[in-house]
Amino acid sequence: MTLAQNAPQLVTAQPLLQIRGVNKTYGPVTAVQDVSATVYAGEVLGIVGESGSGKSTLLRMMNLEEIPDNGTYTLDLPEVTGNLFDLDRFERRMLCAKRIGIVYQNPHLGLLMGHSSSGNVAERLLVAGERRFATLRAKAMDALAASEFPLDRLDAPPRELSGGMQQRVQLAKAIALEPALLLLDEPTTGLDVSVQALVLDTLKRLQQERQITMVLVSHDLGVIRTLADRVMVMRRGQVVEAGLVDQIFQDPQHPYTQQLVHAKL
Amino acid sequence: MSVVLEVQSLSKGFTMHHLDSQFAAFSDVSFDLRAGEFLLLKGKNGAGKSTLLRTLYRTYLAQSGQALFHSHHGVIDLLRAADVDLALLRRTEIGFVTQFLTARPRVSAEALVAEPLRLAGRSAQDALDEARHWLAAFGVKESLWRAYPTTFSGGEQQKVNLARALILPQKLLLLDEPTASLDVGARAALVARLAELKSNGTAMIGVFHHPDDVADLIDRVIDLTPETSQIEERQDVVV
Repeated sequence: MTLAQNAPQLVTAQPLLQIRGVNKTYGPVTAVQDVSATVYAGEVLGIVGESGSGKSTLLRMMNLEEIPDNGTYTLDLPEVTGNLFDLDRFERRMLCAKRIGIVYQNPHLGLLMGHSSSGNVAERLLVAGERRFATLRAKAMDALAASEFPLDRLDAPPRELSGGMQQRVQLAKAIALEPALLLLDEPTTGLDVSVQALVLDTLKRLQQERQITMVLVSHDLGVIRTLADRVMVMRRGQVVEAGLVDQIFQDPQHPYTQQLVHAKL
Repeated sequence: MSVVLEVQSLSKGFTMHHLDSQFAAFSDVSFDLRAGEFLLLKGKNGAGKSTLLRTLYRTYLAQSGQALFHSHHGVIDLLRAADVDLALLRRTEIGFVTQFLTARPRVSAEALVAEPLRLAGRSAQDALDEARHWLAAFGVKESLWRAYPTTFSGGEQQKVNLARALILPQKLLLLDEPTASLDVGARAALVARLAELKSNGTAMIGVFHHPDDVADLIDRVIDLTPETSQIEERQDVVV
């Protein structure tokens, strides 16, 4: 047995994100069962688990793409109050466009593959209400540069780009509005190892330079270890263990986490 | 000097579910540590010296006891503190020095060393200037400062590691065999830096394979070998 954790005593700020008691079932399948999560501003929360553990469903809830059967979701932002799952579709869309960025494993979900890369980033700014052409272009350029996208390829559509470059366009689109929350769903899965390292490095750099709050879902423990401050381990829709990243990797408590950590190459 | 840490009846063991077995690392360890004190942990391999350090840093979860840390913000039990509180303490008041550098791809030696100062809120130029000072102090050649330490030799990596770990003065410093793989010059720089931090009030708990490297700094010794666990005063210690 280990000791129960106290409530925060030194960190007195409200968490940026709080999810309480969410459940989601699809017919007979329980995707997420009584899950709660807390993320503080500037933190990177990693969520690990195998396919079907509910980790991506939880992330889609954070992006308000998926509404659970019950439970609450709050963000500590001046423009929103109350349970975000109660917002109507239009309110949800505006909140996500302005304050939440997301990078999907599959770039087709996040990008218009036939439009120019800079256009993809500018589109996000347009949705959020920016109408001045010079500002659009400058902000899109800035976000692409910060994502370490080669600026001589600005007009190339994502379908002509490599996987690593497509992820950089997604990232630029996600950070263009300086979101309060950046969600990453397997952002490097499927990339070559060397490209994966570069994308991870970009994410780490962005996190340190801009203090972006991130939630990162991955089944790759190396990715989680590189980026996350804290980790939640999910299995069959439930959180089996949560803790500081070094503790989860070096002193896992739950049988499933031990198995997961020991299976790492 | 004021108390920094009060450890009472601390016990740690590991459960290995796949073997359906448990083993105890150490049990019922108690001690107090004051500002500027240096406590050496001794005991055979496997006595739990490094495990004790990691339990206080919360890389390992304790099973019982308490560890009251007198933070600048009040007294907090490290064994039960919320993860976010621990993360804050690790950035500001509790340091851990290991024998291995965690290098990151495409991050230069000087940026890696400056990082703790940046996270503590110092300006980029200020942090970089001080990082270069400590790289020089530990004997890292200037031509390597802007290079990526992933490709450095073990000894050079360890110098970068020490510069990074010791750049920001902490209230409590945990030292896990930091002298391993160091050359004579770097070892002297390490001892000098530890002495300076100690005289400025940093409390330290250390594990050293060769304690004579730091003989002049040791105030007290705890022997973690089972059945002999007790605190000896410095004058009784043969190192």
